[in-house]
Amino acid sequence: MTTTDAPKAAPPPTGKRRMGDVVFAGTARGSGILILLILAGVAAFLIVQAWPSLAANTANFLTSQEWEANVRESPAFGVGALAFGTVLAAAIALLLATPVAIGIALFIVYYAPRRLASLLGYLVDLLAAIPSVVYGLWGIGFLAPQLVPVYEGMTRYLGWIPLFAGPASTSARTILTAGVVLAVMILPIITAMSRDVFHQVPQGHREAALAMGATRWEMIRLAVLPFGKSGIVGGAMLGMGRALGETMAVAMILSPSLAVSWNLLQSGNQTIAGHIALQYPEATGYGVSALIAAGLVLFAITLVVNMGARYVVARGNKES
Amino acid sequence: MSLTTTPPPGPGMSATANDLRRGSLPHHFPALLLAATAAVVAGVLLAFSSFGFVLWGLLTAVAYTVIVVTASARVEGGRKARDRLVTSLVYGCFLLAMLPLVSVLWTVLGNGLARFDPYFLSVSMNGVLPSMDAGGAYHAIVGTLAITGMATLISVPIGVMTAVYLVEYAEGRMKRTIMFFVDVMTGIPSIVAGLFVVALWIILFGPGATNGAAGAISLAVLMIPVVVRSSEEMLRLVPQDLREASYALGVPKWRTITKVVLPTSAAGLTTGIMLAIARVIGETAPLILTAGSSAVSINWNLFDGQMMSLPVFIYSQVRMGGAVNYERAWAAALTLILVVMLLFFLARMIGRLFAPKAR
Repeated sequence: MTTTDAPKAAPPPTGKRRMGDVVFAGTARGSGILILLILAGVAAFLIVQAWPSLAANTANFLTSQEWEANVRESPAFGVGALAFGTVLAAAIALLLATPVAIGIALFIVYYAPRRLASLLGYLVDLLAAIPSVVYGLWGIGFLAPQLVPVYEGMTRYLGWIPLFAGPASTSARTILTAGVVLAVMILPIITAMSRDVFHQVPQGHREAALAMGATRWEMIRLAVLPFGKSGIVGGAMLGMGRALGETMAVAMILSPSLAVSWNLLQSGNQTIAGHIALQYPEATGYGVSALIAAGLVLFAITLVVNMGARYVVARGNKES
Repeated sequence: MSLTTTPPPGPGMSATANDLRRGSLPHHFPALLLAATAAVVAGVLLAFSSFGFVLWGLLTAVAYTVIVVTASARVEGGRKARDRLVTSLVYGCFLLAMLPLVSVLWTVLGNGLARFDPYFLSVSMNGVLPSMDAGGAYHAIVGTLAITGMATLISVPIGVMTAVYLVEYAEGRMKRTIMFFVDVMTGIPSIVAGLFVVALWIILFGPGATNGAAGAISLAVLMIPVVVRSSEEMLRLVPQDLREASYALGVPKWRTITKVVLPTSAAGLTTGIMLAIARVIGETAPLILTAGSSAVSINWNLFDGQMMSLPVFIYSQVRMGGAVNYERAWAAALTLILVVMLLFFLARMIGRLFAPKAR
């Protein structure tokens, strides 16, 4: 409290403080502090409720791949397999989405006709407006059946790469399908961040490049991309944070199982968020507490990724 | 990226000199070529009777890119060819992104219309067995309205007041801290917000307590940072002159904020709040944990018993897995998308119509 009191003393605008001013300023300040309290509360309540199961856990929580938590005593569970699946799905999504998102951002800022640009940008934003459960429904009801022959082709021609070894899942409800859907979902986030930073590229830099006879691509390579690097990286990390925590699309597409598999075309992997959504309705005994512990891990991972992203973006803004 | 290292500076100069003497492709060449390629590819595909829009678009794009880059390389030289390649790729990226958007909207519309009628919107699932050809989503619509409404009531005062604090009062370390953590809060996974309320409810009411209020609080956790960020931007747009004019008349700061600053930015604030509602109205994961996923009857009471909502309705129907269940899920998805789109367009309209005249 001592640190928060210090700046308050600094700006006394008038000689006497009016009652209304004090109350209003106090309410506004209280709301700000309430937000900090909520965030702290999220961490605190999760830790408090996760503790009983973590204390009773007989397996190594961070590395174990089993999930025997729905028991009254001596549960054995760990997030090893789940954390692997979470990172794998997010990595696939990031690999697929980032290049496309940069392309879209370049298109909207530099290639699209001026008059259409904001409308086209709005269309991309619509991708972010579609609820995740609808993406899940689309993934399982439309995309997965379409991908079955694609996956069969991949095992036939690319099967020598361990990632794509056969036999492919006959339902295509695999980590790769989940990754594709996640990529679609994080596309607008990365695009928005990249667009913002591309708009800020100084006109002088771009015109200097063009005046030297650079083609449009050379102008982008020499002036835009170096300037926009931090925005792209920050946007990609924000997108990754979203992909790590995305629940419904994954829970609906992947079948409940717990394995660590590098094979993208077979079912078996599961993510933390998907696991929580699938297991929660059936959780008994230590189950709920164990799921909260898993959620705590997810919270920690996304917190680190998001803070990193904000740091990268903030540093980029300062440099420019 | 390996492409970028190929032209060393020395030969680059001579290439530039070369370019000036080289010809260039006619202005309309790309458009004509695209039309021609599309026609030829369509013809070939029809001849093999394997026409599909996605395949057609894909083959056309690849063929067009190959031809235009080759032609450009022969006529205009390497640098221009590379530029044309990137142009094709950039256009391709955008079209690629439109593919899922169109596909999602198309499949939801195509599959959802079968069951989307007044009956579906006006009856609940009370007494309907999952496989019966009856029942609707009224109870889910009621739940969505109640839960989202309460979440809005919680998060709008907190969010707007925080924005007021950030813009009008806060400075220094406190301001940076709150802004940073609001940003961090935007990234909280929705399921973690659900787990937070679960943990809170276990402490307050014991295990197994699920009701609409819990769902509303978890949605509010997700909604507050969005409201703060958008309101903050809008408040910053209010010209400093207005505030100073008010101060000069001897109006206290809090009256200035409530009578000058907030009314001026009212349209922008409303837009931001509606976009925030549109964002959380489709949230599913926290509601499965907090408001339950098995309610079948109409429940207007946020504090008593499980409450269904549209997104959870979609999910639970998919989990049941029958043909009728999928039909219900698609129809509910159509309803949900219509609601979200409506909010989206209304928000844009309000933002455009009532925007302050003087920026």
